[in-house]
Amino acid sequence: MNFSIYDFTSFNQWIDKFLNDNLNPFWAVVVELTIIGLVVLLFYALVGLFLVYAERKVCAFMQNRVGPNRVGPYGIFQTIADLFKLLMKELIHIKSADTFLFNIAPFIVIIASFMAIAAIPFAKGLHAIDFDIGILYVIAVSSLGVVGVLLAGWSSNNKYSLIGAMRSGAQIVSYELSVGLSLLTIIVLAGTMQFSQIVEGQANGWFLFKGHIPAFVAFVIFLIASTAETNRGPFDLAEAESELTAGFHTEYSGIKFAFFFLAEYMNMFIVASIAATVFLGGWMPFHVGGWEGFNRVMDFIPPLFWYFGKTAFIIFLMMWFKWTFPRLRIDQLLTLEWKYLLPINLVNILIMAFVVLMGWHF
Amino acid sequence: MNSFFKYFTDIFHAVKSLLTGMTVTGKYFFSPWEIVTQQYPENRKTLKMYDRFKGEVIMPHNAQNEHRCTGCGICETNCPNGSIEVIQNKIDMPDGKKKRIIDQHIYHLSMCAFCGLCIKTCPSNALAWGQEFEHAVFDRSKLTKILNKPGSSILKDIAE
Amino acid sequence: MKEVINLPVRNIEEEEYHINMGPQHPSTHGVLRLVVSLQGEIVKNLKPHCGYIHRGIEKMCEKDTYPQIIHLTDRMDYLSAHINNHAVCMLVEKALEIDVPERVQYIRTIVDELNRIASHQLWWCSFGMDLGGLTCFFYGLRDREKILDIFEESFGSRLLHSYYTPGGLMMDIHKDFQKNVKDFIKYFRKKIKDYDRILTGNIIMHERTRGVGFLSKEDAISYGVTGPSGRASGFACDVRKHHPYGVYEKADFKEILLPEGDTFARYMVRMHEMRESMKIIEQLIDNIPAGDYSAKMKAVIKLPAGEYFQRVEAARGELGVYVVSDGNKTPLRMKFRSPNFSNLGVLDHISRGCKIADLVAIGASLDYVIPDIDR
Repeated sequence: MNFSIYDFTSFNQWIDKFLNDNLNPFWAVVVELTIIGLVVLLFYALVGLFLVYAERKVCAFMQNRVGPNRVGPYGIFQTIADLFKLLMKELIHIKSADTFLFNIAPFIVIIASFMAIAAIPFAKGLHAIDFDIGILYVIAVSSLGVVGVLLAGWSSNNKYSLIGAMRSGAQIVSYELSVGLSLLTIIVLAGTMQFSQIVEGQANGWFLFKGHIPAFVAFVIFLIASTAETNRGPFDLAEAESELTAGFHTEYSGIKFAFFFLAEYMNMFIVASIAATVFLGGWMPFHVGGWEGFNRVMDFIPPLFWYFGKTAFIIFLMMWFKWTFPRLRIDQLLTLEWKYLLPINLVNILIMAFVVLMGWHF
Repeated sequence: MNSFFKYFTDIFHAVKSLLTGMTVTGKYFFSPWEIVTQQYPENRKTLKMYDRFKGEVIMPHNAQNEHRCTGCGICETNCPNGSIEVIQNKIDMPDGKKKRIIDQHIYHLSMCAFCGLCIKTCPSNALAWGQEFEHAVFDRSKLTKILNKPGSSILKDIAE
Repeated sequence: MKEVINLPVRNIEEEEYHINMGPQHPSTHGVLRLVVSLQGEIVKNLKPHCGYIHRGIEKMCEKDTYPQIIHLTDRMDYLSAHINNHAVCMLVEKALEIDVPERVQYIRTIVDELNRIASHQLWWCSFGMDLGGLTCFFYGLRDREKILDIFEESFGSRLLHSYYTPGGLMMDIHKDFQKNVKDFIKYFRKKIKDYDRILTGNIIMHERTRGVGFLSKEDAISYGVTGPSGRASGFACDVRKHHPYGVYEKADFKEILLPEGDTFARYMVRMHEMRESMKIIEQLIDNIPAGDYSAKMKAVIKLPAGEYFQRVEAARGELGVYVVSDGNKTPLRMKFRSPNFSNLGVLDHISRGCKIADLVAIGASLDYVIPDIDR
């Protein structure tokens, strides 16, 4: 077996052959599913921990201060200490709340983000599921998170949580339109919805540069809409409603609150990785069509680094938004979506279709 | 037509203002040398407060354990909230007269408002500001301090 | 037969509910309880309950001599501590008809204006934080530290100084005071441009503050809203211009008046005021005359019997000190006209019809400091 960091398909085939030789096919499939489940869980936890620490450090540097620097060298064990503290807190049981829905709501949010991670390509061959309707699947599955938010607000039996959940639900549902339409623009350019094909199609240039103006507009709209989708940045009135309450997760404590908290960071990671895959080329290195020597040098860096580097860049952009701008009010938020982002998006799709038809792209 | 153009100019101005804001935070993100946070308590050895820093009220004693307090009680009268109690003593002088000396100069750090009137109005300049600022204790009685040290006596020049 | 007094009763509609922006709250800048009646998202009525930090300062002043009262006035509006001290000192000096040395007047004016800048810096950083831009909080505090360092070097403490005393100052300024103040002004002129870039020009800030919480000039005059909040509605009430004290007459500065009266106007007035204060300091800092730092005062200060009043321009409005004396060394009655109390009174009137998020923005722009309301 040749284990190459540039191409994981041979590694995957080796594992598959190994399992199929030693177990009967049913058990081989079960073991493969378990392996993927465990890897995804581990990935989720590690990336979540890292992102919380990164957010605190990035926000500290932007605010001209140091950030966590006592727990471990440069404070890297801070999140583990916080997680430990949250695990030890009492799970407050509310008598008049709808217990079944109350308990299930954090899990729905987490399950939705798990399902979305499964479809994203990390490197060539490192891909859990490769649907041929990849983008549609990801959009559909990330919409399931709204159900968790609304259930959390409803089952808390608290009028402030309900207000917060309704607001948050309205916000997420409105901005999903913009997310879907901006991804549609790239589908028009790429001609396919399958993730691996989209990444392969960027081998001679990322879609952001290939599709010049319409792709750039779609990228900006996708960034804004996905920040609003994940309840982050200047659109965080549902949770930073410290004017009133903590929003839909007021009544949650301990590990259930940690789930909501983690799911928010993982959602940020997911939308950043979708942006990186669709607009910035996924694991594809930065190629300029025609400059072969340059392309060889770029190919030397393994695709995993390209992928995580691009995702980290987009996450940094989202953190930059959050720590610079004041918050929008709910009516201004919805005005932004329905009066500005949606019309521009629709017109942009038309422009992109025209550009593709006339062949005016690189 | 006008409102059509206004739509786009509005968007343009909005985006420009947002990007200007982002340049400010971005500039600070990439300049970690501008961080002004002091790493206390690691820098205790090199930390120097300003000369006039109002840490607490102290009664300076010189190398011979002498202070300048005559026990007149003017500081006690001038203190607005009773943080100073002056306990006097009368001793016999060789020529038969009785002289007043300070027995205990009690200072309640827990009540002191740091106004400085005791230091300003002392006629013999017996009190001064100290530089110690770490006053947190677990036992409240430690905040009641006796300013004149045991075995100390008044400076000879003032006594005359 | 007793007369029945008919108080106006408000019709409470069916869908109204009350919420408590309670004494402990991240956005009410102190312990203030606001009972807000909401209908959906719109504020219908608002009742502030103050008194959570009432310490009986006016009563305590009745047993203190005049030099001892100074440390109590520090703790009223603690962000403009020097200006509060200045009011009581001027009242005593005018009553006893003492001439304070020129040096004292100059230093008092310069330190007052530094205090005003520091207070506005803290206002700016909490305004940004209330709107949601949390970075503004740290930028404002970092720049305020420079002023607090200057204060600590000369006076010994950062926030509550009791530096002025009837007759002059407690001690002379530090020899590095003038150099440090000049360095600070150079530093802050650059940084205030950052403030404009990050918050003033921001479109989100404009959307949240323009047209919100309108206060008309007639209402400002009748409610007694002074200070930057009043000047943003066109009410020309700057005590430094109309009843000058200290050496304000020697400095050339503008009184900032804006006609709009909304939250954004109150914001802009304070931003301009910071620049005007820097102008005043620049004109005065090099011309401090040499001399004594205090006039000769008797050991026990007794005001002749009578009533005395003195007003100053605190950072938030017009502070008035009224003393009734019967010839003793302690006043018979001392009353402070606090600017924040009148400013708070107008909160109900201007927030009718706004949303909850707007209420926080309006409260931040009125800039009230609760210990001054409750004394």
